[in-house]
Amino acid sequence: MIELSNLTKRYGRFTAVDGINLTIPRGELYGLLGPNGAGKTTTMRMIAGILQPTSGSVRIAGVDIQADPLVAKSRLGFIPDRPFVYDKLTGAEFLRFVAGLYGQDGAPIERRIDELLELFELAAWKDELTESYSHGMRQKLIICSALVHRPEVIVVDEPMVGLDPKSARLLKDLLREFVSRGGTVLMSTHTMEIAEAMCDRIAIVQGGHIAASGTMEDLRKQTASGDATLEELFLKLTGGFSEYELSDLFKR
Amino acid sequence: MRALLLVLLGGGFWTAVFGVSYRVLKYFKGVEEIGPLLAGKLLAIALLSFAAILLLSNLVTALSTFFLAKDLDMLVAAPVDWIWLYLSKLGETLAHSSWMVGLMVVPILTAYGAVFDGGWLFPLVALFTLLPFFLMPTVIGSVLTLVLVNVFPARRARDLLSLVAIATAGGLALFLRLLRPERLARPDGYQNLMEFIAVLRAPSHPLLPSDWASSALMNWLLRIGDPLPLVLLWTTAGALVVIGASLHRRMYMPGFTKPQEGANAVAGRATWQRAASRLLGWLPVTRREFILKDLRVFFRDATQWSQLILLAVLLIVYVFNISTLPLFTGERVPYYLVTLVVFLNQGLGGFVLSAIAARFIFPSVSLEGRQLWLLRSSPLDLRAMLWSKYWVGTLPLLVLALGIGVVTNRILQAPPFMMLLSIITTVCYTMAVGALALGLGVLYPQFETENAAQIPTSFGGLVYMMAAVSLLAVIIVVQAVPVSVQLRNWQLGEPAAPPTTLLLSVAAVFAICAAATVIPLQLGLKRLAALEV
Repeated sequence: MIELSNLTKRYGRFTAVDGINLTIPRGELYGLLGPNGAGKTTTMRMIAGILQPTSGSVRIAGVDIQADPLVAKSRLGFIPDRPFVYDKLTGAEFLRFVAGLYGQDGAPIERRIDELLELFELAAWKDELTESYSHGMRQKLIICSALVHRPEVIVVDEPMVGLDPKSARLLKDLLREFVSRGGTVLMSTHTMEIAEAMCDRIAIVQGGHIAASGTMEDLRKQTASGDATLEELFLKLTGGFSEYELSDLFKR
Repeated sequence: MRALLLVLLGGGFWTAVFGVSYRVLKYFKGVEEIGPLLAGKLLAIALLSFAAILLLSNLVTALSTFFLAKDLDMLVAAPVDWIWLYLSKLGETLAHSSWMVGLMVVPILTAYGAVFDGGWLFPLVALFTLLPFFLMPTVIGSVLTLVLVNVFPARRARDLLSLVAIATAGGLALFLRLLRPERLARPDGYQNLMEFIAVLRAPSHPLLPSDWASSALMNWLLRIGDPLPLVLLWTTAGALVVIGASLHRRMYMPGFTKPQEGANAVAGRATWQRAASRLLGWLPVTRREFILKDLRVFFRDATQWSQLILLAVLLIVYVFNISTLPLFTGERVPYYLVTLVVFLNQGLGGFVLSAIAARFIFPSVSLEGRQLWLLRSSPLDLRAMLWSKYWVGTLPLLVLALGIGVVTNRILQAPPFMMLLSIITTVCYTMAVGALALGLGVLYPQFETENAAQIPTSFGGLVYMMAAVSLLAVIIVVQAVPVSVQLRNWQLGEPAAPPTTLLLSVAAVFAICAAATVIPLQLGLKRLAALEV
């Protein structure tokens, strides 16, 4: 499970994340939504241990990431929004290296690597340097790297960017299967349909704090929105869009 | 602080170059008949060296500006005429690859102007002369790049160009050194004065633009009304731009498209990798995989491993210089002189080691760059990562350092006392310099730089070199007094004093080096833990 307690991140006088409290139990897929610059990626990077919180705490599977970072991180798989990998390693070498970072090697890991590369249709490129991979292929490789050590918790930032429809569907099924087996997933996305279809609960982040959270039903009740879609709820909670005269934009 | 340091260093460098040039030229001017000839010859040699540097630098820069720059997609998609694209990119290449040589030329030409009374128009004449001189290697470099990119994919072309550039630079340095130019500086080797003057008068080659540029500048300084060199410079540069433009028109788009098609880059598991994997089998899996990853990335990136060529050249030149010292020719050289040279050799060797660490250890954390998200989100102990990088860089450096030390000391026939002292100091200094390079590399990271060769030339690289050289100076100063006392006693045949001071100095060197090892690594670790990527 993931527990965020009064999590805050400040950059000088700017507060990117403002006292977020959140508990995601085992077996739940939780969605984090919000406009650009709302603080989603900062929150996720603090959970992954890449950024230090200014105050507050993060617990992964019951372990405080600041007090015991190595144990907490060993239970986590992180998929960032931008797929940066080592250009001069092959796909298989990259996964072997990541497994090594988690202290795992040998025949079971080799089997796991083959299995994951096969699943994401990267097996044919396993011995090619990643510098020749497309954006989508790199994204798939990073997803494989987050799964290679069998984590208990997955934190995934914008997972569908760059994926073809088949891979996107595979990832959705994979994440649902993962939570059905007791795993925990925290996912940020800008695609409302994906969040609505996949997430058990959703939090909408605005200005560094949670503006609303809960199941779709809870969100509708909190905003008194009847049977509104997630997109409508989102726009209502985040201030919607200004009344542009779009026709003016294309006037000659 | 940073700007102040750069201004001070730059100012100091300029003053030094100006001072040396001024003194040499003043001396030349005083030599009757051949003084101005010598000055002209010196300028031609300097400009020829600059032309070689410019050509190499333009080759590498042109690939980035014409084919790999981030603004190219936007520019090619925009309704911009091909000629403007060509000229703007040519200008960009010229500026990026020539600014350093341009800065270097200023104090030298200022000295020429001051010594030969060039007058207030001389800077304009110099600018008018050097512009076509700088433009020619830019056009040639961009044309060669254009051809190469049409033959190889851009990433392969980059590797190839790095390799060609570095191998050529290394070969050039080696060639110039093995020619033993110091022998040419002795006119007594020539049959008579006329022969020497004839050699000075003859240009190194009448078709070399460096000779045209030096003639144009010397004509102004010596009040000779001959416009031919300037005409040659401008017409040749103009013709080259026209040829470059017409080639660009025909070959740019196919060349620009090619890198986007992607290269098939298959990497098999080479024998060395299997051997390294087995050799490191005793290490914990995390450290082993980390070291293997570093080795793979190093040997697959031509911008990194090709620097080994420069390293080899540097070492050959260094050992060659030591072996050509006139210590054992003719009469016996005093014992203390040989020992002194051995002592100085230690200083020079230390400097070479610092430069090698700057090239290979300083960039190692910066090269993790965009992949730091992975290292920070995994349960990798940062201390383990830093230690892996430290040993991967420092162990080969130590082997190399001891190799150089022992070989050069044997050539110099160093006495056992100096050999032992040299070995102890080398071990201490190498451990410290590895830590300094790694620690300061973390304190001044260059995460956005893709080319490993550019990282040591950053501000942090400068700070590291200054720290390493200061450490070396401190070590030499600490050792100088007890060593000289010991040597004097031996020289005078006095009974050796109890080596208390000597032992104290060795202990002091050990303590200083231990501090210079631990402190940068601790600071680096602290910074690494606080890095937010």
